[in-house]
Amino acid sequence: MTEIQASLGARKIVIDPVTRVEGHGKVTIRLNEAGEVEQARFHIVEFRGFERFIQGRMFDEVPVIVQRLCGICPVSHHLCAGKAMDVVAGVDQVTPTADKMRRLMHYGQVLQSNALNFFHLASPDLLLGFDAPVATRNIVGVIEAFPEVGKWGIFIRKFGQQVIAATGGRRIHPRLCVPGGVNQNLTVDHRDALRKDIGQIIAWCGLALELHKSFVHAHQELHATFASFPSSYMSLVGADKRMELYDGTLRALHADGSTIFEDVKAADYRDYMIEEVRSWSYMKFPHIRSLGRDNGWYRVGPLAQVNACAFIDTPLAEAARKDFMALGHGGLVHATLGYHWARMIVMIHCAEVIERLLYDDDLQGTDLVVTGKRRPEGVAVIEAPRGTLLHHYTVDDNGQVTSANLIVSTTNNNEAMNRSVTKVAKDYLTGREITEGLLNHVEVAIRAYDPCLSCATHALGDMPLIVTLEDADGAIVATRVKE
Amino acid sequence: MTAKAIQFTVDGIAVAATAGQSLIEACDDAGIYIPRLCHHPDLTPSGNCRVCTCTVNGRQSAACVTPAAHGMVVENDTPRLTDDRRTIIEMLFVEGIHPCPYCVASGDCELQALGYRLGMTAPTEAYLWPRRKLDATHPDITLDHDRCILCSRCIRASRMEDGKTVFGFEGRGIAMRLNVDAQGGLGETQMAAIDKAASVCPVACIVIKRDSYRVPNGERRFDKAPIGSDIEARRRPSGSGGHRS
Ligand code: SF4
Ligand code: SF4
Ligand code: FES
Repeated sequence: MTEIQASLGARKIVIDPVTRVEGHGKVTIRLNEAGEVEQARFHIVEFRGFERFIQGRMFDEVPVIVQRLCGICPVSHHLCAGKAMDVVAGVDQVTPTADKMRRLMHYGQVLQSNALNFFHLASPDLLLGFDAPVATRNIVGVIEAFPEVGKWGIFIRKFGQQVIAATGGRRIHPRLCVPGGVNQNLTVDHRDALRKDIGQIIAWCGLALELHKSFVHAHQELHATFASFPSSYMSLVGADKRMELYDGTLRALHADGSTIFEDVKAADYRDYMIEEVRSWSYMKFPHIRSLGRDNGWYRVGPLAQVNACAFIDTPLAEAARKDFMALGHGGLVHATLGYHWARMIVMIHCAEVIERLLYDDDLQGTDLVVTGKRRPEGVAVIEAPRGTLLHHYTVDDNGQVTSANLIVSTTNNNEAMNRSVTKVAKDYLTGREITEGLLNHVEVAIRAYDPCLSCATHALGDMPLIVTLEDADGAIVATRVKE
Repeated sequence: MTAKAIQFTVDGIAVAATAGQSLIEACDDAGIYIPRLCHHPDLTPSGNCRVCTCTVNGRQSAACVTPAAHGMVVENDTPRLTDDRRTIIEMLFVEGIHPCPYCVASGDCELQALGYRLGMTAPTEAYLWPRRKLDATHPDITLDHDRCILCSRCIRASRMEDGKTVFGFEGRGIAMRLNVDAQGGLGETQMAAIDKAASVCPVACIVIKRDSYRVPNGERRFDKAPIGSDIEARRRPSGSGGHRS
């Protein structure tokens, strides 16, 4: 709070969740002397204990332990740590079976996570309206008003979870990665069961996209401007800069679409990225070294995944990408609500990749693990559903972890979320009253990024809010609670 | 074939034993499972966990160190004994650190499997949170003291099967802990990964390096059937082998 307190005479509006559990967020809106919005921040209590907790554990335990870090994307952590521990195990190339098993699991995870965000968290806002009553602005309300949409959401998500279970033994906290490979291949029974449904899943993803597009067309102005601003983007990309979520090189683009860096390997991330800790937040603020602290922030996640790639190597997603990029008139798309559209493109891509993999015989291969000469360090990057996720470990001669550093997706979006909340506050705050409308719009803005709060277990959808308006002396003028 | 001379009952079921058999061995042969932790069929019994405690002729007795005797009346599967056993398991859980969900032994661990079989949910005792160091000095084996339940299997295996003295206990009571016979940790002992002592640990204290999580979920030892099922499968359906009288 030091920066805020230092700003003498400024007034503060605090939007603070009631919850005492880990994983709460809080929004502070700072007003200037004239009573206008000066700046807003979305605070996240990030779970920082893991990096210490893991010290001294054996390196091959990490991919399994690290899943406990996050209740929302355990699979992404499992796979990212798995890749980092390949490096530690001295393995640069796992077998085709191992690579494809992990990919299958990963695309299943991104599919189900994106479906969860879109159908359960975002679609109530988008389909029922930002200001629809809270009591019905949820998945149940969506199912009542649009029974088909509810069904798609439930079954797409379930399918993604079945992919995870088929590759890792169970839907949550699966186990697949061991250093240098995987512990199983895909049984023919699992493969056939998934093959049976994948066509329908792809079709539903396509229908959901069309529905979303009709929302966008009906609200073009809102879609283009809501919580929006130009920004840089960072994502993994694959060969020829195609969309790649599991393993590739880092690419970052300026807001005008020009390249900041590309072809950056995970191991070299520190040459391009720097992490800063600010006193008022537990979170780290990573930024791009060459652009400096003030300009080096960027966005990650679906919007970045779509903006940063040159093309998508699956046909339906590629057609959808072209359609979407037309919004940018030849440049990048900066609409914050565009995260949802982009998320559905990625969802379609995941479903198409899953289909492709299900017809690849390598998944029934039996060559699962390779070994190599142990190394003292391992870094890996993966595109988690919420964006770029980085794991970095050092390991001693006995195989015990000596240090760990994680940059999670939500951390990457730290600055961008602050800016989006600031934009919303400027656009929707009037006077000294915190209206329900403001509250809803703040929530919609944050939800576009789909932040996982504190890498704990609480999605924003479950987050109750308290809104507090303070005057220049810190006295509370008004309080508003949102369940 | 000599007829089994010793006859007795366990929970009303007739069991026959040969001379020299312990109660637990005779019951194993007859397909009656008595829960146990420190007992291992290949090792001399030590009787130090007390999980196998049964009521023998009205008195509590550890089945692994109780010789089978003609005419004895044994109670094994009773709510009271199950309660007692569950309490012991709970105490073992809270004395160490047992994060089953991500433990390398999960699905393959006798302590965890007994917890399930005996209906343990969350421990009711307070956790002691010991701070013991993981010993990874051996190139092929880790020794994760936080998981040790002091069953002494490794000590017996090292002495009697491997002809070494790699392991021993130090301290008494609650302060008792496993020790190795070298200052610099397991890596400085005579221990080898092929030793019997490396394969008898019921929990994830003695673990072979590089094998972790190689067995997928669903295919681990206790994924398919509860602990003791293998023994119970030996019980002949009806007729000859044992039936309630
Ligand atoms: S040793 Fe057994 S009881 Fe302990 S954490 Fe591992 S699986 Fe659980
Ligand atoms: S290391 Fe394993 S076998 Fe040895 S006493 Fe501890 S729990 Fe028992
Ligand atoms: S098994 Fe009998 S006392 Fe441990």
